[in-house]
Amino acid sequence: MARNPVTWLGVPAFPKAAHEALADSQLRRNMRHATHTIRDKRARVVSELPDWERLRHAGEAIKNDVLANLDTYLERVEQAVTARGGVVHWARDAAEANDIVLRLTRQAGAEEVVKVKSMATAEIGLNEALEAGGVRAIETDLAELIVQLGHDRPSHILVPAIHRNRAEIREIFRREMPGAPADLPAEPRALAEAARRHLRHKFLTAKVAISGANFAVADTGSIMVVESEGNGRMCLTLPRTLITVMGLEKLVPTWQDLEVFLQLLPRSSTAERMNPYTSVWTGVTPGDGPREFHLVLLDNGRTDALADTVGRQALRCIRCSACLNVCPVYERTGGQAYGSVYPGPIGAILTPQLVADPHDKQAASLPYASSLCGACFEACPVRIDIPEVLTHLRAKAVEAKPARSAEALAMSAMAAVFADPRKYEAAQKAGALAGRFVPGGKMSKLPWPGSLWTSSRDMPAPPGESFRTWWRKNRG
Amino acid sequence: MTVRVALFATCLGDTLFPDTCKAVVRLLERLGCEVGFPMAQTCCGQMHFNTGYRDEAVPLARALGEAFAGYDAVVAPSGSCAAMVRDIYPKLLHSGLPSRMYELSEFLVDVLGVTDVGAYFPHRVTYHPTCHSLRMLGVGERPLKLLRAVKGLDLVELPSATECCGFGGTFALKNAETSTAMLGDKMRRVLDTSAEVLTAGDNSCLMHIGGGLSRLRTGVRTVHLAEILASTEEEPWLATP
Repeated sequence: MARNPVTWLGVPAFPKAAHEALADSQLRRNMRHATHTIRDKRARVVSELPDWERLRHAGEAIKNDVLANLDTYLERVEQAVTARGGVVHWARDAAEANDIVLRLTRQAGAEEVVKVKSMATAEIGLNEALEAGGVRAIETDLAELIVQLGHDRPSHILVPAIHRNRAEIREIFRREMPGAPADLPAEPRALAEAARRHLRHKFLTAKVAISGANFAVADTGSIMVVESEGNGRMCLTLPRTLITVMGLEKLVPTWQDLEVFLQLLPRSSTAERMNPYTSVWTGVTPGDGPREFHLVLLDNGRTDALADTVGRQALRCIRCSACLNVCPVYERTGGQAYGSVYPGPIGAILTPQLVADPHDKQAASLPYASSLCGACFEACPVRIDIPEVLTHLRAKAVEAKPARSAEALAMSAMAAVFADPRKYEAAQKAGALAGRFVPGGKMSKLPWPGSLWTSSRDMPAPPGESFRTWWRKNRG
Repeated sequence: MTVRVALFATCLGDTLFPDTCKAVVRLLERLGCEVGFPMAQTCCGQMHFNTGYRDEAVPLARALGEAFAGYDAVVAPSGSCAAMVRDIYPKLLHSGLPSRMYELSEFLVDVLGVTDVGAYFPHRVTYHPTCHSLRMLGVGERPLKLLRAVKGLDLVELPSATECCGFGGTFALKNAETSTAMLGDKMRRVLDTSAEVLTAGDNSCLMHIGGGLSRLRTGVRTVHLAEILASTEEEPWLATP
């Protein structure tokens, strides 16, 4: 089976990737500032809604229904889209999806396509596949454009250039954007204006647009994209052909269900009460918008994840990024250390499931990239118990490991000691004896693996007697 | 009526922080409880479970349940181990669950119904709410209510208190550098308070933060909540030398 392009080749396992990121002071400052700003804003707008917890439960319940009856809803959406003049394609994996999109693009006679920000197309590496087929993909979301022009990788689901500050963005524009003025100031307004001039021509000349989808209503076949900039709407309305690549799990049963998600998503993602642009279309409409509409339904590991009774809750995700913004690990390492288009807590549980290769060490390292503090679960608008899935995937990673690894041996040795109170007390006494020779009661330099602790922290020496020894003497 | 309660020392408390366990005994007895310590208890299995070693965790969880059979209530000076038993065991074991498990502040406030435990601790103290006590157990304001009632104690609020300190069990080893980056920010917040003592309900997190504070010779020490509450004017709490 071909490699799933959801992860990037050449990125090491998380601890090593984090080593580089943690040393980048500019990244640290950018990430701290950005995550704290949006974290505080989100907390404010969420606290305005007295029924927030009920909305979260409703979002969870609707998505659980979709996942439990996915076959029914998928057939329903296919019928509805087809009935309204759209064409539905089914893609088992990234390669199939990319082939479909490339073929459709060629049929439309396009050498250049404009793109609406989309995680599904990033996940399948569509831009690279199109380029290999001679088609240039232009990202029109401002942050995606910054990443694309900078020959960079995204570091956030919603704000892929979150790791860049305005001075860095100005440099990227001056270097890479044709016609960008040499005296471009590092002001948000001026930078947005430069991007606007650059993109306007593309919107007006593109024959094909490619989008993802936030939601698809199974009953009506309506597809929805929510966004902040309006560039998405340009793509969705101007070109002759529109191709939407959508993960299987993006469905909602009925139009009314959107009532829940259009409250949950903007407050959780951009910390807005309502997003500025909500575009909805159903098939094709004569005389209005694209002449041709194609919906590519993407599996790419999703049905395998669905078969996992604990892991499947990750498929409830609506890609809001609230978990990234509150995560203390993500805040410090940034998104690129996760080596995947899906970084942060949701990435740590989604990526290994999509990769579905227990021997992929980079993917297997991701569930360990968490202190299990639970801030992600608290923030998740569809109540994905991310810590639960993390420990579940850690158990799977352990299963795939050789039984005689140093860690596995140490873990089973410790379990054997804990399993027998006499051995346990004997070990305590041995420790207490050794502890007597530690000056000051603190150890600053232990051999490996203790060195992983003492590299930055002192370790208390075992005290003269354990509590149970004291209890036996005084109370036993 | 005397409340009969078992102490779950936790493997970390029993082995490395016996003073905390002694403090729990002194405190609960002062409040009229009859405290037992079943010797069959060892470790709840959280480290194994959280690192992915479920097969090793299950027998430990079973044994812990058996160790506390016959007690109506069990008290642990750890939010994390209490949460393991209360939140994770039902998913892991399906049967043989231990008796009602309480984190210390929950037991004091909810079961004994006290917030003023008659403690005296004349120091400037800041409190770190540990993640599992906060988000899994939901201890909320209980530890702060207890601290506010301590005579002589100058309680100062920890900025960004609810942010994780970076301990995370084996995370502290497997991702030692990220853990240290989180620790650095937590220490900065602690130092901002000018407190001389950092307290919390979990010795695991305190061992991590305290290990950093000690390494950098900051002059701030870590003291478990139980030891503050055990301290009185007549009998100030003195950790075993």
